[in-house]
Amino acid sequence: MIIRRYVDLNRLTLTAQSRADAVLEDLYKEFDLRVAANPQGLCPIDAVLSFVRLCQAQSCGKCVPCRVGLGQLCDLMEQVLDSKATMQTVKLIEKTAQSVYETADCAIGYAAAELVIKAVKGFKDDFVSHITNGVCNSSFLNPVPCKSNCPAHVDIPGYIALVGEGRYADAVKLIRKDNPFPSVCARICEHPCEEKCRRGLVDAAVNIRALKHVATDRAGVVPAPKCAEKTGKKVAIIGGGPAGLTAAYFLNLMGHETEIYEQRAKLGGMLRYGIPVYRLPDAELDSDIDAILSTGTSVHLNYSVGKDGTFDEIRANHDATFIAIGAHSDNKLGIEGEEAQGVTSAVALLRAIGDGERPDFKGKNVVVVGGGNVAMDCTRSSVRLGAAKVTCVYRRRQEDMTALAEEVEGAKAEGCVIATLMSPVRVKSAEGKVVSLVVQPQIIGEYDAKGRPAPRNADVPEQEIPADIIVVAIGQSIEAEQFGKAGMELFKGSIVTDAGCAIKGFEDVFAGGDCATGPATAIKAIAAGKTAAANIDSYLGYEHKISCDVELPTPKLVNQPRCARINEKEREAGARCKDFDVFEYAFSDQEAKQECSRCLKCDYFGYGKLEGGRELEW
Amino acid sequence: MVNLKINGKAVCVNEGTSILEAAKTVGINIPTLCFLKDINEVGACRVCVVEIEGKDRLVTACNTPVEEGINVLTNSKKAREARKSNVELILSQHDYHCATCVRSGNCALQSVANDLNIHEVPFTEKLTKKQWNNDFPVIREEEKCIKCYRCVNVCEKIQGLGVWKVLNTGSRTTVGIEGGKDIASVNCAACGQCITHCPVGALHERDDVDKVLEALEDPKKVTVIQIAPAVRAAWGEAFDITREEATVKKLVACMRKAGFDYIFDTNFTADLTIMEEGTEFLTKLTKDPGSLPLFTSCCPGWIRFIKSEFPELLAHVSTTKSPQQMFGAVAKSYFAEKIGVDPKDMYCVSIMPCTAKKFECSIPVMNDACGDPDVDVVLTTREITRLLKVYGVDVPATPEEEFDSPLGVGTGAAVIFGATGGVMEAALRTAYFVVVGENPPLDAFKDVRGLKGWKEATYDVKGIPVRVAIASGLGNTRNLLNAVKKGEVAYDFIEIMACPGGCAGGGGQPIEDGCELAGVRGENLYGLDDIADLRFSHENPEVNAVYAEYFEAPNSHKAHTLLHTDHFHDGIKDYK
Ligand SMILES: Cc1cc2nc3c(=O)[nH]c(=O)nc-3n(C[C@H](O)[C@H](O)[C@H](O)COP(=O)(O)OP(=O)(O)OC[C@H]3O[C@@H](n4cnc5c(N)ncnc54)[C@H](O)[C@@H]3O)c2cc1C
Ligand code: SF4
Ligand code: SF4
Ligand code: SF4
Ligand code: SF4
Repeated sequence: MIIRRYVDLNRLTLTAQSRADAVLEDLYKEFDLRVAANPQGLCPIDAVLSFVRLCQAQSCGKCVPCRVGLGQLCDLMEQVLDSKATMQTVKLIEKTAQSVYETADCAIGYAAAELVIKAVKGFKDDFVSHITNGVCNSSFLNPVPCKSNCPAHVDIPGYIALVGEGRYADAVKLIRKDNPFPSVCARICEHPCEEKCRRGLVDAAVNIRALKHVATDRAGVVPAPKCAEKTGKKVAIIGGGPAGLTAAYFLNLMGHETEIYEQRAKLGGMLRYGIPVYRLPDAELDSDIDAILSTGTSVHLNYSVGKDGTFDEIRANHDATFIAIGAHSDNKLGIEGEEAQGVTSAVALLRAIGDGERPDFKGKNVVVVGGGNVAMDCTRSSVRLGAAKVTCVYRRRQEDMTALAEEVEGAKAEGCVIATLMSPVRVKSAEGKVVSLVVQPQIIGEYDAKGRPAPRNADVPEQEIPADIIVVAIGQSIEAEQFGKAGMELFKGSIVTDAGCAIKGFEDVFAGGDCATGPATAIKAIAAGKTAAANIDSYLGYEHKISCDVELPTPKLVNQPRCARINEKEREAGARCKDFDVFEYAFSDQEAKQECSRCLKCDYFGYGKLEGGRELEW
Repeated sequence: MVNLKINGKAVCVNEGTSILEAAKTVGINIPTLCFLKDINEVGACRVCVVEIEGKDRLVTACNTPVEEGINVLTNSKKAREARKSNVELILSQHDYHCATCVRSGNCALQSVANDLNIHEVPFTEKLTKKQWNNDFPVIREEEKCIKCYRCVNVCEKIQGLGVWKVLNTGSRTTVGIEGGKDIASVNCAACGQCITHCPVGALHERDDVDKVLEALEDPKKVTVIQIAPAVRAAWGEAFDITREEATVKKLVACMRKAGFDYIFDTNFTADLTIMEEGTEFLTKLTKDPGSLPLFTSCCPGWIRFIKSEFPELLAHVSTTKSPQQMFGAVAKSYFAEKIGVDPKDMYCVSIMPCTAKKFECSIPVMNDACGDPDVDVVLTTREITRLLKVYGVDVPATPEEEFDSPLGVGTGAAVIFGATGGVMEAALRTAYFVVVGENPPLDAFKDVRGLKGWKEATYDVKGIPVRVAIASGLGNTRNLLNAVKKGEVAYDFIEIMACPGGCAGGGGQPIEDGCELAGVRGENLYGLDDIADLRFSHENPEVNAVYAEYFEAPNSHKAHTLLHTDHFHDGIKDYK
């Protein structure tokens, strides 16, 4: 601590943080948590009003637009919220914000005004609704943040409570009510559920995926529920990935007969032919698929729709059809020399590994191009295949990579080089075989239209990265031409559906998963399968309900002080990079209990008690 | 079993019991405000907070289950002060001009504030006002709403309509109609269940007392009042008299003191309803069974419901008017003629347990007697209390008097109209007589009694099996109608009452916070039936006289013009 003495005698002094500033700094950090776990569905005008109030408190007060203008903007927005405004008020808000933006002397003022300008543009409807109807368009939509954020709306607080009591099989049953891939998701789900977890307001999100891992690891074999009485209706499913299998599972439970047409030798789609086994062991994938198939689907393997039979035939032989063909063709770099021997695609590499034909990379230099999770899978698989050096080349900065941060860190720990700000220019080869990738270094700069920082060429010469193998992992596209020819609308190659997976003009045909969204995630594909199953059931004239008879424990008081989130332990990097064995360990009992106790039970406390907390069936 | 201590007393209760209930078992009361057992256990008001020793934050007693070994303090300084603070916060957003509030003296917020010794509120008063359609029978005052969400849950869970929604977010969160719409434009049945469950004066009926005072004080008007069956089982609750003292005859005397010229009994037209509806049913059963089921038509809440939710079933609703509307039509025709009064000078008032009746009397086509509305004004049981207070009628000291004649005689069958299953039982008694030629045993149709939301029975009437069902509460009604539509169940005759327990639990009845009184009131009605001299509608001498003198026979042409209505064309909307 610096004590301010003899001030008058000192020519310079060191700045000491005042106590108030130190406390405020802490409060800001706590407030950051709140911003990060921001509940969704709130009145956007009210939220922006509060931001601007904070901005106003931050004003130094020197210049007029910021000192006075921000306050006036707050008052005007308040009038809108209290239904005391007219459309004239909105114009005044716009005009004033624009002038604050143009004239404030520093960013405290003009950046604040920008918020308001964006708000008026972004939520015009909300302004209108407050003014003309006297009510907000919004309502508190996600009483249980984790459940709402999970695309399949799995009953998360429910199964956490069950795991907390050691009732693992019940937890698996409860998860399966919405998602028949508990074991898969326990390992590889991107856990959007954790993003807005309310525990984040206190310290950090609950480690939800890890708790699912505990449940599926310890539950043993949990039989699938009984199917409803047979309806005699037949549904065709094209594609045996998570979307197709999920639809089959729920349709079977509803009493319909399902048939899956799958072009490969095994089911699972990208779960098997994309995601490497060190992240998702075959045994886990197979246990979920076995449970799904136990409900009675018939499966045609090595049957490619379009080659071995036509879509029209299949459609004609079934009462309804679900298309879930995923996204399986590779995007090309489109650079000179790409056809050289040694240049391969992510899909081809991972598919070979999935089929058990692991290429030998011993002693080779491998260069992976891309910055997403697939690129990381290729990078980390290449290390495990024995490569001497693996370099991942990416055009932007590490923080701009779409891959999960822990994947990138994991790769680095395993000795891979992440070469950022490098744009591939051409592939050099000798005698048709790759020798290197030539890259142009980049400089990051202004933001593009989508709000992402855009790279451009830096004023430095090209560089050459030696390579025996180049893996291109810059995204996949969809092979849906046959459906386009059949008359379905395609957008950027994907099949256009509504939010219920329905296809315009084809009332008996539904589509979902990667083939409708573009490459996404397993849980989104599962959600699509679930949604399609419900809507196919309705289309067939039924209203079957999927429910789960597991009784939940009485909610216990949650009154826990701040308590840190536990992460799963990983095998030591030096050891795990030598094989394809799983690298994450499930929690110990002690860890599981503590992590479960961190859940705030939003289904029972807070808004969940009023609306939307417990949904027992769908 | 779970063992715990509450204020030092040892308590042992079943797992899952709330702290509130556990405390009750040892005589400890914890104040509540938003809580309504099974319907609204949302923990919104935070008035029932209690301390659990060793825990930093307080918990709500109403929805926190007991835990082994905890030590609950319901009146610690911490709990008491927090509770008081929360009530003060609620008051800061509540317009407590109690002197002009219909719920003064019967308000849960007033009680809890008084009980907590709150004499001033340390916060700035922040009241919000909202526009409302004051012509509708259900009135909402935003500035009195304490956001307890009881109305939201009653309408959603009990009535299955979900008219009230939680609107907005943040500090402006409130309750209202989706999108700020006019209540008259949405599917509200006007049953008033939200009113009887509102803890404060934020929801109340449209007050029509002044209109009636004006008519009473107009020397040109002949005022006729009818008293509905269910009113007699409840009206006394608002006065300092016992249930035994609060007879309908005492109410008759009070009405006479208030200055009504003729005081009649809706039971009379309830019996008439049985004759009309019973005949309609028997005709369909024997001649056109394909057109069954037949639904009763006496509850306007139900009629509003079927029109908005199941218009495709409207053809199954009996065309018979409700007893109230029949009464108005008979009063302004037969009775006006009889006493030689121009029906235009007659002012017809009803006392109803019901807010939907206020809507019913305003339906444009309900004007068959003379072109004016057959019933001019409906006062709920609660408003009649106020009317008597305006005139300073000393209710306890008023001795019983008889109804006027000829529309003043009703049978036991008519009295039970006020309880769920009553209309069905009354109809079956007479139908049996018509088919078999003799009266059935008096307890023949007892199975249709009771508070169960959906009841069914099959009776053999001279070899014809008659399958009947009864639902009360619109949530139960929706389930029943869905099952009928899907063919999961099949009935011939179905009685529906919008309010749980029937009119005994009607939305216009006196309010006792947190208590459902439909059960006791219903018992009371069955008791009156037991001691009645006449038990069968077809034995009502004045009903028989009105047929002999005026209508000839049930379902005659004249009966059709005055006693029946066309649900498809009500003058508001065409349904076919
Ligand atoms: C390398 C990689 C890693 C990934 N990692 C993750 C992760 O960690 N977490 C996560 O959530 N998601 C991850 N994903 C994404 C996830 O795997 C996919 O989003 C998901 O599998 C999509 O499911 P789907 O059912 O729509 O399609 P797919 O899984 O692609 O399944 C489609 C199926 O249809 C079959 N098919 C295609 N065309 C035909 C035809 N004409 N006839 C018959 N069958 C056909 C295919 O063979 C395939 O089996 C990853 C993807 C990849 C590529
Ligand atoms: S605290 Fe529990 S219930 Fe709430 S969001 Fe997090 S995991 Fe879900
Ligand atoms: S009157 Fe009845 S239907 Fe209307 S809002 Fe109230 S409870 Fe719902
Ligand atoms: S209107 Fe009454 S019942 Fe409804 S939320 Fe307000 S106070 Fe509660
Ligand atoms: S049940 Fe009775 S009180 Fe309720 S709406 Fe119907 S008629 Fe009115």
